Order: sequence, then structure tokens, then C-alpha cells
Amino acid sequence: MSILSDIAASLQRGEDDEVASLVRQALDDGQDAVAILHGGLIAGMGVVGEQFREREIFLPDVLLAARAMYAGLALLKPLLAKDGVPTAGTVVIGSVRGDLHDIGKNLVGIMLAGAGFDVVDLGSDVAPERFVDAACDHGASVIGLSALLTTTMPVMKDVVELVRARGLQDRIKIIVGGAAVSDAWARQIGADAYGYDAASAVERVRALARTPA
Amino acid sequence: MKDLRTRLAAGEVLVGDGAWGTLLMARGVRPGEAPESLNLTQAGVIEEIASLYVEAGADLITTNTFGGSPARLRQFGLDGQTEAVNRAAVEAVRRAAKGRAYASASVGPSGHLMKPYGDADPVDIGAGYERQIRALAEAGADLVCIETMTDLAEAVLAVRAARSVAPDLPVMATMTFETTRRGFFTVMGVSVEQAVRGLSDAGADILGSNCGNGSVTMVAIAREFRALTGLPIAIQPNAGLPEPLDGRLVYPETPEFMAEQARGLLAAGVAVIGGCCGTTPAHVRALRGIVSAMRS
Ligand code: B1M
Repeated sequence: MSILSDIAASLQRGEDDEVASLVRQALDDGQDAVAILHGGLIAGMGVVGEQFREREIFLPDVLLAARAMYAGLALLKPLLAKDGVPTAGTVVIGSVRGDLHDIGKNLVGIMLAGAGFDVVDLGSDVAPERFVDAACDHGASVIGLSALLTTTMPVMKDVVELVRARGLQDRIKIIVGGAAVSDAWARQIGADAYGYDAASAVERVRALARTPA
Repeated sequence: MKDLRTRLAAGEVLVGDGAWGTLLMARGVRPGEAPESLNLTQAGVIEEIASLYVEAGADLITTNTFGGSPARLRQFGLDGQTEAVNRAAVEAVRRAAKGRAYASASVGPSGHLMKPYGDADPVDIGAGYERQIRALAEAGADLVCIETMTDLAEAVLAVRAARSVAPDLPVMATMTFETTRRGFFTVMGVSVEQAVRGLSDAGADILGSNCGNGSVTMVAIAREFRALTGLPIAIQPNAGLPEPLDGRLVYPETPEFMAEQARGLLAAGVAVIGGCCGTTPAHVRALRGIVSAMRS
């Protein structure tokens, strides 16, 4: 087995120390940071996401895997920046006002960062104005909204409407996601895309960021 | 009112109430606001909702204290008022019930993930539950209703807290399961069998499930509980999973549909039947009809 698949396997087991030491070892062996990121961390996290979706594994396993991914990512980040890998665009993400669920949003953030986006994570319980202000301040072309509660999902619509009210809908696209969110919901509130899971969110954001303004 | 345990031991089926959140929102609670704050600021509204469920025929009226543990209230800067918030909720239900229904003291998840998956210390979570449940019991709650749990360790802390600070009150403990290819599990990976063992060992009197994806699945979950325990079983399903409609969310199961499924629950030997998210006084009235028809 290659060291990259060792990293992926170790990440799936949620071994954060092991992931960190394998990443270090791979770097010492002269492996490229981008290759470690994709072949190791993102590959492993992709499997974890898939297995969780099928409920072959449960939330505790996902949380430990995410922690392991952070451990690896922390080592790679400075190198990735130094390599001057061109950024795929800037995305502002957060959980909407009243919603403190951030596990899914964090996974989406990790995967977007892995895919080369500059991710501005506003955290959870974020007011509509903060999303739009941050997108303007950072020159982001995409806002990513996460909501897990039926009581907070309507707040997504407030953000869509705020972007329109400020006349920014051609410059800023909105993607929504979270357990009870669906394609139909996204369409009804006028969002530009729906992300089913972290991997699909990356695909959708890529498409949105590519759409010419 | 007759003792709750005596009635259950005699094989009587009791009817629970329905959702509170939607009724509270219809009366002005906004996302990001603690629903429990209304216990102090608008006790009349709380009493009104409780009355709607008493009139619909519920035997158990849930107190508006799902997020009444100090850990949850802290998120709104209200933890200093834990006692007042919980006391006011029980008092409102008791005023509405006028001895016709039990005040079922709701205790929900702490809102924090415990170590090693999150930062919360189990000792703090347990102490918080003791504080909440002591206030609920002192205000005159008739039973403790620990609900919507997905982490068995946290549910056990709540049951133990109830046993220790309110040893005379019956404890009902229900968890939320999802359907997987290998059977029913909570999102934290707890099986029905593990739930039965853990909750019974901790001292729960009534076990079961609430929330989830609707009443059809709950019939299957109830059967699984029945096969594993001789304790009374409580089942309180959602009115299905919310579906988007014109930028709003609607719960698909009608009162009639849910009442039809309640027949399956009764056949499975369930002792407490009520509703969770998306259910209304109309759902409870329909459940009451089925349960009363069975008795006569
Ligand atoms: C930008 O574009 C995108 C694109 C894709 C996006 C996206 C954004 N965001 C997500 N995705 C997608 O990609 C991710 C990766 O695949 C996926 O993200 P998910 O977030 O869906 O999936 C995560 C990887 C794993 N899933 C999760 O992390 C959520 C799991 C469950 C168990 C859950 C958890 C863990 C928690 N909770 Co809460 N919680 C539940 C959840 C039950 C469930 N089965 O979902 C749910 C959502 N919670 C609920 C409730 C009621 C609550 N919770 C609460 C609190 C909590 C905890 C703090 C304990 C914890 C959150 C910890 C945290 N830091 O996030 C409270 C509310 C707090 C608040 N104001 O937000 C509280 C109100 C109750 C309480 N505990 O007091 C229920 C909602 C019911 C409803 N009708 O809305 C619930 C369904 C559980 C239940 N059955 O009762 C996709 O959806």
C-alpha cells in the first residue's frame, strides 16, 4: 500500500496523531502537498462521507475522521499557500441565524478548502446581513448556507432576498444544504444550488464560481 | 388523579400531546430565540397551548422545557434563570390541566456533544440535568419525560439525574432512531437493543421513541421495543418528514393517517401514544379517538 492510501485509511479510522505523522512522513519522502491532500485526506474523507450517508458508520466516526482531517490539513496548509496553487475562488459559508449545527457545514468547508477555494467561515448562528457583508468584503462569488432545523430553514430565504434587495444576485450565487434541505426547497426559495453532501457541494460551488458574472 | 404507574400497570393506554414549537412560532417565537423564555414573559400563551391539548384529549401535557437545561439556556444567557423557567412551565400546564391531565416534564438534549466527540464534560451535563429536574419536580411535575435523545450516554445521565433528585416520579425516556440497512439506529449509532438495556439499567419506567421520520416507521420501532422489554412503551412520532411547499415547510401526515398507524402501535402493545414535530391538537384528537375506541 502507498503512503497516501495509508493516510486515507488512518483518517477513516479517526486516528488524528497517526494521520499527522503519516503526512509528515510523506512530506519527508518528498511527496507533493497537493498529492497528499487529494490522494490521502480528501480521498479518505470522501469514503467517510459516503459511508455516513449510507449509515454504515455513524456521527461519532465522522467527527473523529474530521478531527483527523484537520490534523493533516494543518500541516499541509502552509505548504499549499507557499506552492502558490491558484485559488478556485472565494466562498463565504456559515450556519444561518438561530442554527448552531455546524458539523456538516465544517465538512463542506474542509472539502471546499481541499478543492482549492478560499473559504471564509463565519461560524454558526450567522445573521443574513453578515453573510452578504462578508461576501462583499472578501469579493466572494458564492455564499454557502447550512441549516438543519425546520425552524431555521426559512432564514435561508431571507439571505436570498437580501442579496436581491442589494442588487447583487448576478455577482453572488447562493448554495444551500443541510439534512432537511432539498433541491425543491432550494428552488422554492430562489437559491442557485443545493448541495446534497460535502462532495456534491464542491461540484456545485465549482459550477457556480465558473458561471460568468 | 389516579397514579400514573397504577394506570399503566392496569394496561391502560395513555395519550400524549403534540408539537409545541410550531404553535409557539405561530404565536411569535422567532428563530434564534429561546422558546422557553416565553414561560416567563408570556405564561398565558403557554397555558393556552396546554389547554388546546387538554381539550383535544391528551392525558400527558408536555411542559415547555425541552431546552430547559442550564447548558441549553446558557446559549441564550438564561441559565441563571433555570429554576424560574422550569417552574413557570410546570405551573402553566397545571393551571391548564386542572387535574385532568399529567404535567409531563420535558427534558431534551443538552445541546452539546460530550467528550470525546465534543467538548462537554459529562459531569457538568449530569449536574445540569439534576438542577433542571429538581426545579420541575418541586413545581409539581407528575413525570419526567426525557426525549429526542440520540446519545445513550447523555440519555442515561438524564435518567440517573431524575432518579436521584426526584426518586418518586416516573421517568419516561425516548430516543430518536433512523432507518438504516442494518436496522434502526440513532445518528450516534445506538441500536434499539442498546437503548433498552441502557435506559432500563439507569432506572427508566417507560421506554420508547419520539421524533423520527413518521408514524409508519414507528410501528416497526415499537415492535422491536416490545420484543426486548416488558416495560411500558411510549411512542411519539413526527407527522412525517417536513416537505417544502411554496417556500414553507409542511408535515405530510394528516390526523387521519396518523390515527390509522396508531392501530398498529396499539397492536404492538404501546402504552403511551402521542405526537412530536408537526402534530397538532387535531392529531391528538384523532389519536384519542382510536385509543378510546379500543378501550370500549
Ligand atoms: C453551503 O452548502 C451546503 C451544502 C451541503 C451541506 C451544507 C451546506 N450543510 C450541510 N450539508 C450537507 O453536507 C454535509 C456532509 O455530508 C451534511 O451535513 P449534515 O449536517 O446534514 O450532516 C452532518 C455531517 C452530520 N449530522 C449532524 O451533525 C446533525 C446530527 C444531529 C444528531 C444533531 C446534532 C449533532 C446536534 N444537535 Co440537533 N441534531 C440533529 C441531527 C439529527 C440528524 N439525524 O441529522 C437535529 C438536526 N437536531 C434537532 C434539534 C431539534 C436540535 N438540535 C440541537 C442541538 C444539537 C447539538 C448541539 C447537540 C448537535 C450539533 C453539534 C454541532 N456542533 O453541530 C438543538 C438546536 C440547537 C440550535 N439552535 O441549532 C435542538 C433544537 C435540540 C436540542 N438539542 O436542544 C432536530 C431537528 C428537528 C427539526 N424538526 O428541525 C434533529 C433532526 C434531531 C432530532 N431528530 O430531533 C449535508 O446535509
